[in-house]
Amino acid sequence: MIFLKLILTNLRRHRIRSFISIAGIAFSVAAMLTVVTILQGAIAMFSGILSSDSEIIVFERNVSDLFFSNVPAAAVKDIASWPMVRNADPVLFGIVSSADHPIITCFGVTAGDARIRKATWVSGDRDNFAQHADDVVLGERAAEFMAAALGSTVQIGHGSFHVIGILKTANGFEDGGVFMPLSAAQSFFHKEGTSSVVTIKLRNKEDATLFKSQVKARYANLIALEDAEFTRTYSQFRILKATAWAVGGCGLLLGGLGVANTMIMSVFTRIREIAILRVNGFSDVQIGGMIFGESALVSVLGAAVGLLIGACSLFGLKLVPALHGYINAEVQPVVVLIVVLLALLTGVAGALYPAIYAMRIRAVEALRFE
Amino acid sequence: MRLVSNGKSNADAVVLRAVVLSAVDVWKSYDEGAIQVLKGVSFEAVQGQTVALCGASGCGKSTLLHLLGGLDEPDRGRVTVNSIELKGMRKRHLLLRHEIGVVFQLHNLIADLTLEENCLIPTVAAGTDRRSARARLQELASLTGLSHRLDHRIQKLSGGERQRTAICRALMNRPKILIADEPTGSLDASTSGVVFELLLKMVASEGLTLVMATHDRAIAERCDRLVEMRDGRMEDR
Repeated sequence: MIFLKLILTNLRRHRIRSFISIAGIAFSVAAMLTVVTILQGAIAMFSGILSSDSEIIVFERNVSDLFFSNVPAAAVKDIASWPMVRNADPVLFGIVSSADHPIITCFGVTAGDARIRKATWVSGDRDNFAQHADDVVLGERAAEFMAAALGSTVQIGHGSFHVIGILKTANGFEDGGVFMPLSAAQSFFHKEGTSSVVTIKLRNKEDATLFKSQVKARYANLIALEDAEFTRTYSQFRILKATAWAVGGCGLLLGGLGVANTMIMSVFTRIREIAILRVNGFSDVQIGGMIFGESALVSVLGAAVGLLIGACSLFGLKLVPALHGYINAEVQPVVVLIVVLLALLTGVAGALYPAIYAMRIRAVEALRFE
Repeated sequence: MRLVSNGKSNADAVVLRAVVLSAVDVWKSYDEGAIQVLKGVSFEAVQGQTVALCGASGCGKSTLLHLLGGLDEPDRGRVTVNSIELKGMRKRHLLLRHEIGVVFQLHNLIADLTLEENCLIPTVAAGTDRRSARARLQELASLTGLSHRLDHRIQKLSGGERQRTAICRALMNRPKILIADEPTGSLDASTSGVVFELLLKMVASEGLTLVMATHDRAIAERCDRLVEMRDGRMEDR
C-alpha cells in the first residue's frame, strides 16, 4: 500500500507533468486504435466485396493490385464448367469519377452476380439489369451524393449513364459504388474480354484444395485463394496493415518519449527521497520497481483514456454522413490487446534509463549534497 | 565472532560481548584523493555499547559512520558488521534492512507521507506483514510519545517530533545497531536533551549498539565510550 502510495504521491506532486504524459500516451493509443480499426474495417469491407456469396477468388498471379488483374473470359467460362463449381462470377473493378466526386468504385458484374441478386433494391427492378450497355445501378450512398434517382442520367467519367436501379448493401464500398453490366464496364475501361477477379462458389467447400490445385495446373498465370487466405496474403492489405501499425507505432513512440522525459524528471526531482528509501533498506529491484510502477501507471491510465477517446472518435466518424458505410468501427479485442500491450511496453521502455539511474543513486552522496 | 570484555565491567564481573562493528585501518578520501578524510582509522563497538564520536567539523565522524553503516566504501581498510566484511558485499541493502538503523542530523522524512507511513517504509522494504508492522509501530510510537500523531503529515510535526519519528523509523525492523549522525544537531538544547534521553531509552530497551557522532560534550559523556576524532584519526578516551 505504501509502495503504491510512493508511486501515486509522485504523480500527484507533479499533476500537470503527469497529465501531459498520460495525455501523450492516450492520444497515441487513440490514434493507433482509430487508424488500425479504420483500415482493418476497410480491408474487411473490401474482402466482403470479394467474398460475397463465394469462397474462392481467382485472379492474375503476381499483380500488386486487383485493379491491374486480368482474367480472360475463356478461363472464366472454362472454370464455370468444372463440376465442382456452383457459381463463377467475373467482376471487373474500376475507378471512375463524377462531378465533385473524384473517386467512385465501379463494379462490372453479370446479371447473375450475387451482389445484384442478393442486394436490397431500394428502387428499380433487378431483372432490368444488363439489358442496355448504358444502364447503371447505383449504391444508395452513391445515389445520394450524386443526387441521382431512378430514371435520371448521371455523368460518370467521359460517359452518360441511365440509372435503372438503386440498391442498398451493408458494405460501404458497394453502397458508394456504381454497378455496370460486365460488358459495358469492359468497354468503358478498355478491358474487353477480361475481368479483374472471378469469385467462386463451390458445390462442396471440401473441394477448395482440389480447385486451387486445378487452377494452378491449368492456368500458370492465375492464382486461386480462399477468402481468408486472400485477406491474409494480399500485398495491398499487408501494406495497409503495416502502414496502420507503423503510423500508430510512431505515435506511441512519441508518447513513450514523453513518458521517458517525465520519468527522468521524476527521478531527478526525488533523488533525496530515493536516497532515504535506500537508507531504509530498499533494494535496487524495489527502487527500479517504483520507477517502472510509476511509468506503468501512466501507461495504463493513458491507454484507458486513449481507448475511450479512440472508441468515441470511431463512433463519431461513423456518424459523419460523408463517411457513412465506409467506417467499420468494430474494434477487435485483439487490436485493443495489442495497443494496450504496446502502450505498456512503451511506458516500460521509457522508464528504463530513469530506473537504471535511480538504482545507481548512492544514498550517502544524495543526502550529503542536497 | 570475536568477543571482548566490556570496558565498564570490573575485574570481578567481566562480561564478554561480541564485536558487532569493526573498522580496521580504514582510509577514505574525496575528490580523487584531494581531500583525505580518514587516515587509517581502526574502531570497534561491542554489542549493547553506546559510543560517541566527537571532534571538530570535517574531522571524519560522519564519513566513518557512513562506512560503518555500509552507506559508503573505504578506499582502503576493512569494515565488518557482525563479522561480515562489507567490501564487495552484493546485497548490502539487507544490512540496512535488518542489521543497521540510521538516524541523520536532518530527519530525512518524506514530506508527502504521514508519520505512520514514514515509519512503515523499512517494513515495506523488508516485506513485513502489515499486522506485525503496525504492532511494532504502535510499540515504538508509545515509547517515543508519538501515538497521537501517527496520522499527521510531517509538515505538522515539531523538530523534536520529526527526529523522534526518524528514530522510530530506524528501529522498525529491530536492527541490532543504530548509527546516528548528530541526531540532536539541528534541535534546541531542551529538545536535544529529550531526544537523546529517548535514544538512550530505546537503546536500552532494544539492546542496541549505538554509534553516534555529536558535538555535544554533555551528551557524549553519557555514552559508554567517547572516541575523539582529529584530522581523520582516532583517539579513544
